Amino acid sequence: MYTEKVIDHFREPHNRGKMDDYSAIGKVGNIVCGDVMWLYIKVDKDEAGRDIITDISWETFGCTAAIATSSMVSDLAKGKTVEEAIAVTNQDVASELGGLPPVKMHCSAMAADALNEAIHCYMVQEGKEIPEALQKRHARIEKEIAALEKRYAAFMDKGDKKKE
Amino acid sequence: MMDMNKNSYLDNSATTPLASEVLEAMSPFFQSHYGNASSLHSAGRKAHQVVEESRNTIAGHLNIHPNEIVFTSGATEADNLALIGTALRSKNGGHLITSKIEHDAVLHSSEWLATQGYDVTFLEVDEFGRVDPDEVREAIRPDTLLVSIMAGNNEVGTIQPIREIGEICKEHEIPFHTDAVQAYGKIDLPMDVIDMLSVSAHKLHGPKGVGFLYVRKGIKLTPLLHGGGHERGRRSGTENVPGIVGLGAATQLAFEEREQVTRRMNGFREHLIEEVLKLPGTRLNGHVTESLPHIANFSFEAIEGESLIMKLDEHHIAASTGSACSSPNLEPSHVLVALGIPLSMAHGSLRISTGRQTEAPEIEALLKALPLVVKELRDMSPFKVGG
Repeated sequence: MYTEKVIDHFREPHNRGKMDDYSAIGKVGNIVCGDVMWLYIKVDKDEAGRDIITDISWETFGCTAAIATSSMVSDLAKGKTVEEAIAVTNQDVASELGGLPPVKMHCSAMAADALNEAIHCYMVQEGKEIPEALQKRHARIEKEIAALEKRYAAFMDKGDKKKE
Repeated sequence: MMDMNKNSYLDNSATTPLASEVLEAMSPFFQSHYGNASSLHSAGRKAHQVVEESRNTIAGHLNIHPNEIVFTSGATEADNLALIGTALRSKNGGHLITSKIEHDAVLHSSEWLATQGYDVTFLEVDEFGRVDPDEVREAIRPDTLLVSIMAGNNEVGTIQPIREIGEICKEHEIPFHTDAVQAYGKIDLPMDVIDMLSVSAHKLHGPKGVGFLYVRKGIKLTPLLHGGGHERGRRSGTENVPGIVGLGAATQLAFEEREQVTRRMNGFREHLIEEVLKLPGTRLNGHVTESLPHIANFSFEAIEGESLIMKLDEHHIAASTGSACSSPNLEPSHVLVALGIPLSMAHGSLRISTGRQTEAPEIEALLKALPLVVKELRDMSPFKVGG
């Protein structure tokens, strides 16, 4: 069911682990299945004064697809300007992995959302003007998580709440 | 010495390898004795004869009458026949009692009946996965048509108090069905209080695609399959002769070897429980002692089960999980949820199940790989164990 590329990224994921000197963090959870992902970005200015994602790492509690998409989204964002990274979509993540089983497409959404949230967090911190598309996605992610948390309130326990 | 590249197949609750003895018994019935058991000629009579021999073998081990056995395509069909076949006898609806931890074949048949005008009570279980017989008694109504409670659970291995439940049903003159797919050939079954029992061959080193429903004399069922009137009109369709022969041979083998095989399985299980629980943030799901011998189910904090299975697969170890991510509907195992296991722990479940062929090095390979894999996945996770 998984492509070789998914299995490769699962076996040897890129950029995994915690980052101590991060510029911003994106925390997302997919309560449909219970997966959780934290994405750390380090942003530095290049000579032209552009914001570059110079380092990226993640911690993920999830399935094979969640881990492989975490790895892939980090590859796709690393070295890009913040503006370029905003444009990374879940379709990009999935297609770079050679596709995902339909039931696992939400994992690629989680990875793209985590990047979105980290960038949103960074821009808010820096007092930057948030592009409308990014703000929209942020609002959707927040709303989804709130709705899902409510829907699955009966299932929630301490372990799951840690992501908040 | 153990071959390092040898696979550890520890998913015997999913299916088992065919025993050589079973294959040998079956093989003449594909090409040499291929007759239809309904035919009048000698090839047909030969097929008929071996089907009846298989029926007699099974009946002998269960101490039932051979005519009380209905061969089916497996336990899913047997469960469907027991539940739906019973319900359809009642023209004005009625009530069924089952539990929340049944196999999907019983659960989904019950849910379907609930859409067809029948009432179904799904009994809760305790933290170990046991149905309380008193709750069965309390759930019984004047229009109760059937009670169906599994003998041993396929995910966590917990054995149900089926003697007590069967006695309550007998007292109220309500038929009692049990799905004995995992229990058959492993533990004693109180046949004196069981009215219907489902069995599948492939869980006990027999072939896939064959099983039976035991139906106590006097119990009437509406058939689900209509046709040539096979199995005394209870299940039409040309008999799966090699399959039925395989089922008989697998039964013979299981009952012959039972003491020795289950003793070894219990040894593996005890060893697994002792060793796995030494790892931090782990728990045993199910009951320590009131369990089938071949199943042990664990949960690991901060780990998702599908990843765990895939990582173990890299170490040539086959096991299974009840994690939401592994299921087509992304819901965690209904059994683990019914046991009240927190969602985060249900997410990281691992089922180890042994078979007659399981050898100690397979268990050792698992115990060697597990700490590595658990650490690797926990290092990747934002959740910290115990923190």
